[in-house]
Amino acid sequence: MTNTAIHAEGLTKRFGDFTAVDAISFEVKKGEIFGFLGANGAGKTTAMRMLCGLSIPTAGKASVAGFDVYKQTEQIKRSIGYMSQKFSLYEDLTVRENIRFYAGIYGKSDAFIKEKTAFLLKELHLEAEANKLVRSLPLGWKQKLAFSVAIFHEPEIVFLDEPTGGVDPVTRREFWNMIYKAAERGITIFVTTHYMDEAEYCNRVSIMVDGRIDALDTPTQLKKTFEVRSMDEVFLKLARRAKRSGD
Amino acid sequence: MNAVIVNNISKQYGKKKDLIQALKGIFFEVKQGELFGIIGPDGAGKTSLFRILTTLLLPDGGSASVDGLDVVKDFKAIRHRVGYMPGRFSLYQDLTIEENLEFFATIFNTTVKENYDLIKDIYSQIEPFKNRRAGKLSGGMKQKLALSCALIHKPSVLFLDEPTTGVDAVSRKEFWEMLRSLKEQGITILVSTPYMDEASLCDRVALIQSGEILSVDSPEGVINAFKHPLVAVKDNNMLQLLNDLQRFEGVQDAYPFGEYHHVVLKDGFTANAVSTYLQQHNYHQPDVQTIRADIEDCFIALMKTGE
Amino acid sequence: MKQFISFVKKEFHHIARDKRTLFILLGMPIMQILIFGFALTNEVKNSKIAILDQSNDPSTQALRSELDASRYFDITQDLHSYQEIEAAFKKGKIKMAVIFPARLANDLDHFNTAQVQLVADASDPNVANTLTNYATAIILDYQDRITNNRRLPYTIKTEMRMLYNPQLKGAYSFVPGVMAMVLMLVCTLMTAITIVREKELGTMEIMLVSPMQPFKIVVAKAVPYLLLSIVNISSILLLSVFVLDVPVNGSLLLLIFESILFTLTCLAFGLLISTKTDSQQTAMFIALTGMFLPTIMLSGFMFPIENMPLPLRILSNIVPAKWFYYIVKEVMIKGLGITAVWKETLILTGMLLFLLVLSIRNFKIRLA
Repeated sequence: MTNTAIHAEGLTKRFGDFTAVDAISFEVKKGEIFGFLGANGAGKTTAMRMLCGLSIPTAGKASVAGFDVYKQTEQIKRSIGYMSQKFSLYEDLTVRENIRFYAGIYGKSDAFIKEKTAFLLKELHLEAEANKLVRSLPLGWKQKLAFSVAIFHEPEIVFLDEPTGGVDPVTRREFWNMIYKAAERGITIFVTTHYMDEAEYCNRVSIMVDGRIDALDTPTQLKKTFEVRSMDEVFLKLARRAKRSGD
Repeated sequence: MNAVIVNNISKQYGKKKDLIQALKGIFFEVKQGELFGIIGPDGAGKTSLFRILTTLLLPDGGSASVDGLDVVKDFKAIRHRVGYMPGRFSLYQDLTIEENLEFFATIFNTTVKENYDLIKDIYSQIEPFKNRRAGKLSGGMKQKLALSCALIHKPSVLFLDEPTTGVDAVSRKEFWEMLRSLKEQGITILVSTPYMDEASLCDRVALIQSGEILSVDSPEGVINAFKHPLVAVKDNNMLQLLNDLQRFEGVQDAYPFGEYHHVVLKDGFTANAVSTYLQQHNYHQPDVQTIRADIEDCFIALMKTGE
Repeated sequence: MKQFISFVKKEFHHIARDKRTLFILLGMPIMQILIFGFALTNEVKNSKIAILDQSNDPSTQALRSELDASRYFDITQDLHSYQEIEAAFKKGKIKMAVIFPARLANDLDHFNTAQVQLVADASDPNVANTLTNYATAIILDYQDRITNNRRLPYTIKTEMRMLYNPQLKGAYSFVPGVMAMVLMLVCTLMTAITIVREKELGTMEIMLVSPMQPFKIVVAKAVPYLLLSIVNISSILLLSVFVLDVPVNGSLLLLIFESILFTLTCLAFGLLISTKTDSQQTAMFIALTGMFLPTIMLSGFMFPIENMPLPLRILSNIVPAKWFYYIVKEVMIKGLGITAVWKETLILTGMLLFLLVLSIRNFKIRLA
């Protein structure tokens, strides 16, 4: 195996005569924290769906964890984790039931699940809440739990779709701390966010505009290239070029 | 006179076992013509507060008034005067821009023509597409339409519940520019947001967390209340740097903040002390600068003192 | 008033722009009438039967040709022994066997009595019943003729006449049934859904914060569906009169009045559902189980209420469709006037008022 977690070349998705993703090419290294930014409607979600094996590309090549996004979607699904702001946990199940459920999906053994669950609850300081409904947890805790569940089966890559939207500043940082720890263990992180300070936490950042990747570099280099002082300004400069707008 | 008075308002949901205390007895006042921000994360109680003030929910305790009218007793009168934009996009997707606007105008006993001046700046941006259905609009355009609809009856107080959540940075900027110009027309605006950086765009803000108000002040005032020295530190290995900083005796708190780490120092320590400490730990030329706190620093500090 | 009109206009926009739903709403009654009228019919035609003729005399030959001549039967097989009967049924080739005993004509002549045996495949009891009835009628008819010829001194003649529906056409019972079903679906289901949709969308929040009075919102939501129902009533009646030959025997005005009364009852029920639910799914589920199933099961349209056990008979009284179905039958098929249905009309009115009061009391002027 190579050192590449995600490889995309000319990856394209069209819906009718609308090109949602327009021949994007990039590479994500193993263990990298890769920020995937773009304005609403720039094509982030569509691109992410193709990489997760949920949507077959119209053209181009891509592999995720060494598997082809056209033919090996089942293998891809087994080697990735996914978490989004909108949906990740069942609100009407308890913390423990949620963990049990997701671990079960990936066919882990009972002994493994038991040991790992205890460890996870301890690490998240959720032992007292283990049998409470997820609904009753504060959002920040839910998101931290959701992330832990997404990497419970030790995937090679985890996709995070706006994981920290609406989370308070302290928990947001705790969340990023968890991301760092996962990356240190070698899990590749692919993350989208609307918080520009979080873009700074990524090793490299790509910015999508109108279906294309208009910039891809380290945050420091991006700021240098665009001659601005913050990622916020980089983003605004690029996003203002956008012709199309969407949701 | 105060446009909004919130006096010891509390609200809870659920029964005994799953009781959630959404608002724990909060106080604040909003002056006439003010652009007032309610800043806090999801689940802090912002939406409950807005629903109580717009007469959609009854508080469990305390009292509140809008435009001098009691939110419980005078709910009918309040409903004639306020404009409200709920958190979710809440227009009719299958009606066109123009139909939505005209519908809301009639519901509020007015016409588009009568108050066109008020919405002109906002509405004129989407007017070229007035025959397009609302469901087919982009996020930014939907927002402009929703704002136009909330304004069409010339409300004396405008409530905007998380208008910028999930909206990208460009549209957020535009939206705040619109709010500034509305304020100039004398409308009192209450706006809630989870984005700390939007606080500086308000006249005054209430920082809210877990149903409690952490602070009510002007953005300037909130920042001035941050008494500890604060430095920003940067180096090549940021993760290692954070760990080392947290071990420094002069550090009260250290956390990542964009490309820097922010370090709150105990009184008596300075940026120089941090530099010296880092150099002792094999950092060659650490980038250490004394900075002014920003709202997010204040929010973090207030959250931690509250705990 | 202007608010109100504008709200109604908006509702029409919603309906008109959801082409698929509109098509279903207007097409459904037409489809149902046509399906019930042509595809589903309880008349049985050209059923295959077998004959075991053990006498083969003039009487049996006459009976045989009578049976064969009727449009209900086709004689496809002649059997020669009792054993063959079962075999023929098992092969599934025949629906009924007619067995003439030996010396039938002889018995008739000398003892004035004879027996014909009818054996029917009762795996479908309705069909079996119908077939044996037809066959009995044909045989009795034949008997009538021969007794007439002989002019016996004492004969009691039984004569059956099917009142109101001489041809026993199914259409007479399902037209009122379809009317009840369609009005119920359109009104209850759609009103419940349309109000709950505003809750889901978040627009209800804005409506509540607006000066528009809540009861006006509700009435405005109901108006378009009332009009849509009138269109549906018309199309059902037109189809039944001109395509299915089911006439409106009673007063058209009364029929329309009763239909509107029932429509309003359904609207009120839909409204009640909407005040109690927050999602379109739940609303739909309650409307279907609470109104649609009882309408089919307990209105007397599919299954006769008289044959039900007592608890179900009692339960059927709270189903509005039962009363409406009865009224339509009386007015449309029997041609009776208000004097015949005033009690049922009163019951429906009572239900309407009850549901209305309940739903208005339940309508929340706030969110929780």
